[in-house]
Amino acid sequence: MPLDLWSLYALMLKSRLFEEAIAKFWYDGLISGEMHLGTGEEAIIAGVVAQLREGDAMALDHRGTAALLMRGVDPVLILRELLGYEDGLCGGMGGHMHLFSKEHLTASSGIVGVEGPTAVGFALSVQYLHPGAIAVAFFGEGAMNQGMLMESMNLASVWNLPVLFVCKDDGWAITTQSESVTRGDLIERVRGLGVQAVKVDGRNVSEVWETCHSAIERARSGQGPTFLYARCVHFEGHFLGFQLIRMVRAPLREMPGIAIPLTLSFLHPGGAALHERLAGLKAVLAAVLATLRDPRRDSANDPVRRARTTLQSDAARLEELEEQVEKELSNVLSTVLAEAPS
Amino acid sequence: MRSMFFTQAVDDALAQAMADDPRIVLFGEDTPLLRRNLLVRFGPKRVRGAPISESAFLGAGVAAAMSGLRPVVEMYMVDFLGVCMDALLNHAAKVEAFSGGKWTAPVVVRAPCGGGYGDGGQHGQSLWGWLAHIPGVTVLVPSTPADAGGLMLAALQHDGPVIFLEHKLLSETWLEFLGSGGRRTVWFDVPAEGVQGTVPKKWEPVPIGKAILRRAGADVTIVSVGVGVHRSLEAAQTLETEGISAGVLDLRTVSPLDKTAVCEAVAQTGRLLVVDEDYEGFGLAGELSAIVLEAGVSCKYARVCTQTTIPYARHLEDQILPNKQRIYASVRQLMQ
Repeated sequence: MPLDLWSLYALMLKSRLFEEAIAKFWYDGLISGEMHLGTGEEAIIAGVVAQLREGDAMALDHRGTAALLMRGVDPVLILRELLGYEDGLCGGMGGHMHLFSKEHLTASSGIVGVEGPTAVGFALSVQYLHPGAIAVAFFGEGAMNQGMLMESMNLASVWNLPVLFVCKDDGWAITTQSESVTRGDLIERVRGLGVQAVKVDGRNVSEVWETCHSAIERARSGQGPTFLYARCVHFEGHFLGFQLIRMVRAPLREMPGIAIPLTLSFLHPGGAALHERLAGLKAVLAAVLATLRDPRRDSANDPVRRARTTLQSDAARLEELEEQVEKELSNVLSTVLAEAPS
Repeated sequence: MRSMFFTQAVDDALAQAMADDPRIVLFGEDTPLLRRNLLVRFGPKRVRGAPISESAFLGAGVAAAMSGLRPVVEMYMVDFLGVCMDALLNHAAKVEAFSGGKWTAPVVVRAPCGGGYGDGGQHGQSLWGWLAHIPGVTVLVPSTPADAGGLMLAALQHDGPVIFLEHKLLSETWLEFLGSGGRRTVWFDVPAEGVQGTVPKKWEPVPIGKAILRRAGADVTIVSVGVGVHRSLEAAQTLETEGISAGVLDLRTVSPLDKTAVCEAVAQTGRLLVVDEDYEGFGLAGELSAIVLEAGVSCKYARVCTQTTIPYARHLEDQILPNKQRIYASVRQLMQ
């Protein structure tokens, strides 16, 4: 199977537009609870999922909508699930963090790190039942500090299982900068468990596809697990409506609610000496500055735009493809909205 | 007297205790951000961020408590205790017994709990009955800002492990963080009395294991905790217009239970309704029936609890969590 940037771009664009529609539903109050979008990590998901075939399994994190969509799950069913309809993918029981598709051997979880054990179990099963098939685990770098994920890598290594561990590193573990809670080199850490580890640019879909192509072939032929480490940028941070991002985007509206109690507490008698208080304040400001500097809207970090730039030489074909994807999405949206359950 | 929001009250009581007792330290995932007001007053040595490694940092909290600190370990949600239950079940809860009563682990595990904002069945559980099942663990579930602050202070002074649960519908910060995310397009059935209320100028501990009668009633005793207390009070108000006098007892502490208060109230009314957002089977509701039976109090009994995995869809979630309509119907049935 050769690399086909056109189809990878179509997958990414479809996912981007789909998730932007989800964001609109969320802001309109039609989707409840939290919403973790995968906008910004499309190249990693597409580069891997495009190479999966019948019998392969996926263990997804709380940000799994893109992977399910690219795997071929009906977008109408996904969206109706997110809207809480009883004819949604999981009967309105799961929501975006708990999406399941038995026929695609795909399970999601809101518990960080559990993708490891799940993928190992799927891999064990396919090793017996579908020789040549593999299991993929998608997780963030925050999960790398979760014991069960590290244990799973060792387990996959000693049992020589066909697992692709995909780490999507956006630099933030929930809403904490990862560098403040993680030590050591993640690639070296994984190699220490006997798992092959490779690093790719997670913003470049061709690079992800090529690197993971050989890792997948290796797993299919019984040569064991690979860890794929890919950097990316999450355009919406950990989740939609994250306070720090809101503050950066609308400081006048959001700042007083944060700054006033913070200042009062900083000045409150009783507590630490001034230098400790200043160290605390510095830590808070560092998080705000990191959010300000976060390269969210730098188009160089946008995997969809990057792929598009490469394809621009054939403007007519590009336009046709984009029209097609937009039309499909528009059909999905009108189907979803046409029949609201009573 | 001052007026405070629920989590503001907890943090305020915590700040008062931290100013008095340098052994108190806080840590957990995102704690520097979530407790930023405490961070800038007490400094980064006492307010720490932890990696997503619950087994390590809760286990460390238990041992730090054994060796002289008073850690408050923050779990992102009570549901995530599933990841690190061993530290509580086999260690924090066992130290006192294993050491022949010579050693304890005074760790406070602070965790948001409860549903009603559409976050699905891995993020909306209550689990206090599951936790209270373990001997050696104290479980607190406040329903008002005043109790929340007072019980936090009591937890910090207690000599064993305490789980302090903050219902997300009562917590102004958790509901904003996880439920609305700054949106004005969503609505949650938030009990006003639980979200904001008067609190003392200086915090005093609210005694652990003491229930409080929120409403006197002659016909039926409704026993509840957390948001359930407020749902029960709403139902009691409606029932009053129909001539049914329903009392509401707020347990405040799930373990140890205030058996005396429960038995006294039920002996007077002869009817016990348990309203419990936690799972129905093998939990608080059944425990309360055992307590009145053991005490020889005869009564009619019913329970309104959560029977299944909590659905993501808001309308389904509202049906399965204890709500005013279910409480009302259950009392009507008890009265027949």
